[in-house]
Amino acid sequence: MERRDRILLIVIALLAILAVYVDLDIAHPAWLENLLAWQPEGARKIAIRYGLDLRGGLKVSLVADVPEGQEVDRVSMETARQIVENRVNGLGLAETIVQIQGGRRIIVELPGIEDPELAIEVIRGTALLEFVDAGYVPLMKGTVVTTTLGGPRRFGSPAGETPATPEPTPTLPLGPATVVTETTPATPTVPSNVYETILTGADLDQVGLDRDDLGYFIPFRLKVEAAEKFAQYTASHVGQYLCIVLDKEVISCPQIQEAIPGGNGRITLGNATYQEARGLAIQLQYGALPVPLRVETTTTVGPTLGEISVEKSVRAGIIGLSIVLLFMLVYYRVLGGAADLALLLYAALNLALYKLVPVTLTLPGIAGFLLSAGMAVDANILVFERMKEELRAGRSLRAAMEAGFSRAWTSIRDSQVSILIACAVLYLFGTNFGASMVKGFALTLAIGTLINLFTAIVVTRTFLRTLLRLVGNWLQSRRWLLSV
Amino acid sequence: MFNLVEKRRWFFTVSAVLILLSLGTLVLTQVRFGMPLRLAVDFTGGSLFVLHFDGPATETGIQAVFAANGLPETIIQRLGRPEDNTWQVRTREVTPEQVRAIFSDLAAQVAPVNRDLSTYESVSPIVGGEVTRAAGIAISVAAIIIVGFIWWSFRRVPHSVRYGVSAIAAMFHDLIIVIGFYALMGILQGWEVDALFLTAVLTVTSFSVQDTIVIFDRIRENIPRYREESFERVANRSILETIHRSLATQLNAIFVMIAIILFGGDTIRPFITAMLVGMLVGTYSSFGIAIPLVVVWEQAASRRAKKATA
Repeated sequence: MERRDRILLIVIALLAILAVYVDLDIAHPAWLENLLAWQPEGARKIAIRYGLDLRGGLKVSLVADVPEGQEVDRVSMETARQIVENRVNGLGLAETIVQIQGGRRIIVELPGIEDPELAIEVIRGTALLEFVDAGYVPLMKGTVVTTTLGGPRRFGSPAGETPATPEPTPTLPLGPATVVTETTPATPTVPSNVYETILTGADLDQVGLDRDDLGYFIPFRLKVEAAEKFAQYTASHVGQYLCIVLDKEVISCPQIQEAIPGGNGRITLGNATYQEARGLAIQLQYGALPVPLRVETTTTVGPTLGEISVEKSVRAGIIGLSIVLLFMLVYYRVLGGAADLALLLYAALNLALYKLVPVTLTLPGIAGFLLSAGMAVDANILVFERMKEELRAGRSLRAAMEAGFSRAWTSIRDSQVSILIACAVLYLFGTNFGASMVKGFALTLAIGTLINLFTAIVVTRTFLRTLLRLVGNWLQSRRWLLSV
Repeated sequence: MFNLVEKRRWFFTVSAVLILLSLGTLVLTQVRFGMPLRLAVDFTGGSLFVLHFDGPATETGIQAVFAANGLPETIIQRLGRPEDNTWQVRTREVTPEQVRAIFSDLAAQVAPVNRDLSTYESVSPIVGGEVTRAAGIAISVAAIIIVGFIWWSFRRVPHSVRYGVSAIAAMFHDLIIVIGFYALMGILQGWEVDALFLTAVLTVTSFSVQDTIVIFDRIRENIPRYREESFERVANRSILETIHRSLATQLNAIFVMIAIILFGGDTIRPFITAMLVGMLVGTYSSFGIAIPLVVVWEQAASRRAKKATA
């Protein structure tokens, strides 16, 4: 018995030292952080992660805008996620999160963003396809232009991304019967004027992908009204250039060879790879995204507000816990002192776990932790009350303590299990996207309850056993110290 | 021995008054806001702004700006003290373009908004519907688990139905009072029922049922021990024996909650307050409602039994 207690004491002390070391707000050595193999590689660190409500920023959820019941395949969602991530990266923020949730949602989290509305526009912007009238001078691929539609571009790939070396512009043989002509402009034109938009991506009816000896091409068919307009336009602009512009950036600039009736055409892509060709086909079909995305929820929190919330929570936590510690000490004296030590260890272990797992802390999460700390002493109280009953019944100190722990066990187990069940229900509710705040609360409350089983039972009992062995006889005659 | 159970008429009266007041508040909310509870955008969809102005603002000024941006239907409420210049605005779902326009119009016509201290949340009605469905499922699952838990705890007790029904009655008593309290705060402070409120309710319900079961357990233990005593006395004895434990543990949780309510952030206050009220009512109803109900039932049954034999 004594030997086991001594080993337990050493284990507890080591755990306490480890927990306090992890809790310390210092730069932990990199090799140690790298040991956290369960954290994603490259992002391993021993630090508290704050949720958006505590650090400020923007959270947006986008949902695939397809009819109810229609399946969205994983590849399309992943492509969409990738595109959104690229757009988000263009904003130049750190620690952004873009992830798929469920089958048809993409969650974007941008901590510390200054202009949330701009960010939303960037995120949801569907790439805009236009056919613009370039007159007799072709535009180089990659040129950023201003068109009559919607003014200058505000988002998309970062501006000024014009390729350093001019690539040969692919051609657009308009209609199956048109003659292909290479149009490599000798002098790149600097766009200074506003180009007229003839058609947009909305006028496309169908887009395909095919290849022939010259490489990949994208056959397309225009909608009926657009086809008519296109026929008239091509008839009156033979010999001029018609540029295909995506997000205000020229992607090709073929010459109109002859009038094109019927609304069928193709965009030849020259030496493009299959990936590039498919990407463009997808962009033409869906706007830039393989699935249309709709902004479903937005939450923005001012960064200062987040800071204030952290400050207030910490203050509330320290005050609340201090009262609990004091209460236990006053009400249960020596026993309370042991429970207090266990409670401090409990707090340290919780924090350490949040850093190691990691658990993202939110306001409800902190509340869950504090509440679990308030209830952590529940188990101790059950034991102590039993113990006092046994002492009053005339048992020895040692026997009363052991009886207290073993008899209170069923009650402790019952109450902990009922909390854990409540947490499980809440956690499942919280996995529902719109109620994600609930998840943090359920998680910290559950972690706290589990740690509590260890600290309130094993740790407190070891402390008390050691204490009784050391000063048991002395205490026996000073029972007021045990509040009996 | 102090007899708590004897005071049951008082408890029943107080509870009846509280329940009537709660139902009254729900009716009042229905009249004023068109629904018995002010549901947050979590459930209904829509947008909620908390705007911190850099200068004094007026309700009519804010109302005018939102109306001019195509949002004529707003519920506007001041938060905190007047000098905080903080307002809460509830509208239907807004677009980012509208948000942009609203902020610049507010700056021009009312007072500049300090974005660092402001928040807004926008939820589409579809997500709101999903959350509502999920909430319904969570409540049903919780109810099934709680009833199952009660049934399991009393499977070997004679007249287990009496205990179970009384525990469930006490639970409904708690729920109605917490909801009524929250509805009242909705009228006074603009508190809205959100996912966190539901969390608070589900959490305290499980505590309160647990609390009731602890006393029931004691009654079961005490019945064979005090055969000569009436059921009422045994029940009372059991309450007094466990009340120490109940009060001491609840007290610690209550300390923490009060600290959060007083010193924690504004966002979390309604959530924790609902939990605090739930815990207080839950502790009270365990000895004030659940046990007296069992006693009344027991007495009525034994009277009937006597009549039958006589």
